[in-house]
Amino acid sequence: MAHGPAKGIGRWLFTTNHKDIGTLYLWFSFAMFLLGGFFAMVIRAELFEPGMQIIKPEFFNQMTTMHGLVMVFGAIMPAFVGLANWMIPMMIGAPDMALPRMNNLSFWILPFAFALLASTLFMEGGAPNFGWTFYAPLSTTYAPDTVNYFIFGVHIMGASSIMGSINIIATVLNMRAPGMTLMKMPMFVWTWLITAFLLIAVMPVLAGAVTMMLMDINFGTSFFSAAGGGDPVLFQHVFWFFGHPEVYIIILPAFGVISHIVPTFSRKPLFGYSSMVYATASIAFLSFIVWAHHMFLVGMPIGGELYFMYATMLIAVPTAAKIFNWISTMFRGSMTFETPMLFAIAFIILFTIGGFTGLMMAIAPSDIQYHDSYFIVAHFHYVMVAGAVFSGTAAVYYWLPKWCGKMYDETMGKVQFWVSFVGFNIAFFPQHFLGLAGMPRRYADYALQFSDWNMISSVGAFIYGAAQLLFMFNVIRTIRSGTPVSEPKTWEGAEGLEWTLATPVPYHTFATPPEVK
Amino acid sequence: MSRRANMLFALVLAPVLALISSGSALAEEAQRWAVNLPKGVTPVSNAIYEIHMIIFWICVVICIGVFGVMFYSMYAHRKSRGAVAANFHENTTAEVVWTVIPALILVVMAIPATSTIIQAYDTSEAEMDIKITGYQWKWQYEYLGEDVAFMSELSTPESEIYNTAPKSQYYLQEVTEPLVIPAKTKVRFLLTAKDVIHSWWIPDFGVKKDAIPGYVTESWTFVEEPGVYRGECAELCGKGHAFMPIVVNVLEKEEYNAWLGEKKAEVAAIRELAKKTFTKEELMAKGKEAYDRSCASCHMGNGEGIPGVFPGLKEGSAAVGPVANHLDVVVNGVAGTAMQAFGGQLSEVDLAAIITYERNAWGNDTGDVVQPIDILKFKQGQ
Repeated sequence: MAHGPAKGIGRWLFTTNHKDIGTLYLWFSFAMFLLGGFFAMVIRAELFEPGMQIIKPEFFNQMTTMHGLVMVFGAIMPAFVGLANWMIPMMIGAPDMALPRMNNLSFWILPFAFALLASTLFMEGGAPNFGWTFYAPLSTTYAPDTVNYFIFGVHIMGASSIMGSINIIATVLNMRAPGMTLMKMPMFVWTWLITAFLLIAVMPVLAGAVTMMLMDINFGTSFFSAAGGGDPVLFQHVFWFFGHPEVYIIILPAFGVISHIVPTFSRKPLFGYSSMVYATASIAFLSFIVWAHHMFLVGMPIGGELYFMYATMLIAVPTAAKIFNWISTMFRGSMTFETPMLFAIAFIILFTIGGFTGLMMAIAPSDIQYHDSYFIVAHFHYVMVAGAVFSGTAAVYYWLPKWCGKMYDETMGKVQFWVSFVGFNIAFFPQHFLGLAGMPRRYADYALQFSDWNMISSVGAFIYGAAQLLFMFNVIRTIRSGTPVSEPKTWEGAEGLEWTLATPVPYHTFATPPEVK
Repeated sequence: MSRRANMLFALVLAPVLALISSGSALAEEAQRWAVNLPKGVTPVSNAIYEIHMIIFWICVVICIGVFGVMFYSMYAHRKSRGAVAANFHENTTAEVVWTVIPALILVVMAIPATSTIIQAYDTSEAEMDIKITGYQWKWQYEYLGEDVAFMSELSTPESEIYNTAPKSQYYLQEVTEPLVIPAKTKVRFLLTAKDVIHSWWIPDFGVKKDAIPGYVTESWTFVEEPGVYRGECAELCGKGHAFMPIVVNVLEKEEYNAWLGEKKAEVAAIRELAKKTFTKEELMAKGKEAYDRSCASCHMGNGEGIPGVFPGLKEGSAAVGPVANHLDVVVNGVAGTAMQAFGGQLSEVDLAAIITYERNAWGNDTGDVVQPIDILKFKQGQ
């Protein structure tokens, strides 16, 4: 191709290059990860001891809400969109994304969405304080006026996600290299294709929920107000019809990443490629029909309770198939344990633990005790942090040498892994105990019998937080002064079109499509 | 290299071992370092505990099996030991097996789960009904058919919360007046809320149910042993979410009946008191006490509120405007805002005292005195 990247800030503002946009997404999500992490540190510092020490309860609620929103919508989702932007065209032999200008737009509206959301911290009334699940009527009648900024922010994030998804679907369905049938697509592409359909299906539902809130708050409707003939439980149904697929939107691309890293470092092909594809599709389908397991205590009829329990338990089957597949891939391989592989193995172990606690909570009677306690906090951090974040970290270490032609510091990577792994478990394993012993979630202060585990959990959280700074340092150091590498395959066992390209990857790739046998 | 694998193994298993060994720990230490669900004191909590343990052990066994294979591969099939990769993939038999076996295990789990949830839902043939209403941030208990109702709020003082006084044993788990129920009696709870969603949770009973405005949800309990049981609100309900605990005092039936008799007499006495005329000083003193208990969590002890969230009660507010309007706001609340209707929550004496206090405290020197009889007249005049 005739031209390289433009010079100066214009390169980033006006870029339509999938690699540049991928980079923007990744840096933006990392910035949000640090911001959301800072909120988490405030939360854990306050919970270090019983009693209110550094913040007030109303600010504590703003911190838990902002931590959740920023991490889910600002850190994890954009991180995987960034990886999709970088990797999907390279994996399917396409020169770029199908809709490059829309790609630029879908990224550049995100900083505005989060600026709106974060600006509420400095307004009278403070930031959203009703939890990331924003149950009505706490988020409508009883919310601070700043809730309108939150609603507008969510609308923009939704628009960004929908545009990103349309782009991914258009790219995957139209721009695969000749010979790459759907069942020859790399797993990461498959998981993202399915994720993109989930996003298109549920983001409008979320938009509907916040629009109904907007009407209730400002225009006198009563969608969620019992006093006006509305229904607060309707909000939960609508929210979780979005919210449950949302958790798979987060985890499916993570599964995709792991399905690349495990075969690479086992030097053995993925054990059951087609069963992995079918398992992913089944999980996506099931994700639409289990939403009310988040609502076991709202007083559903017993029939509804039983249905949602059975349907939820079913998800364990395709998920278990995935775990067995990864382990069979490792079995009788020739394994090495570089940083991405360490994160991938930790992912398998910790995600499985999170999966088991998820299964425990699917059991409706047991959920009576687990619901809204620290047990669920532990559960979703095992799947969100040790699941999605570990997988994202593994992906960065795995592909960074390919992207920038420089090798990261392996020792520093391993140190970061071990500090993260230990810190994470010290932070979150005791939260299972707290929940079982009876500590509810979103508590600014707690009874004395919860003191010890809370203190340990806070120490773990600080350790985990510190490890992320090391991650940032390692990545920046690699980009600026890592050891140059030039062989197309960074890793001996790596397979796929992306590894046939030059290292570092040129600005424009696959101007002529490769032939896939 | 195998040392590292062992370390990993130990790290993963240590918490599991902690869970197993906890049974033998000393009672007090066990509560501090509690790692498991309490067994509880009701048939439902016991059944939940059984299922919890069954599923926990199934998960542990599967973990050992699955991770065992993985750790074995990580040890035996590593390149540094000279392992050469095999090239097998796709095996339909294996895939069918690992789909069918988990499905069968799920069926085994679903059987006790189904019977227990049906048991937890069975509120029929209750011997008594208690209506529980969640407010920001307190509970109201009404003994249906007995004409007894009262509010139950956190009694831990602010000084303990803000660390100016040492914390007592039941820090944040003590209330002004506990719910009292008889032992060996099937008690049905009818739950609702006046403002936002709350959730009423007593771990020892295996009872947790959302209290939702506009809905009445049901739960029940049958407690064998008398005693004091503590719980908390489990659904985020605003800034006082962590500060609306639940205490249930379970008494033997005779003691319960005696308590109920006393309670009825107390209700009658409070009604009688409403006819009395108080001096301004009496009302101010009572008013400060009642205000700090029922109003200060939003409007703050100094009457300044929280800007942008809860209005202050000084200049420009209802507290210095016409008395009739002030009565209306306090007794009936303000629709569409967080201001509750206190008419049904507090006695006439407390209402009169609070209104008098608000009109004369913090430099609001209106000089107005409102008597309990004024409240009664206002309520009757509506």
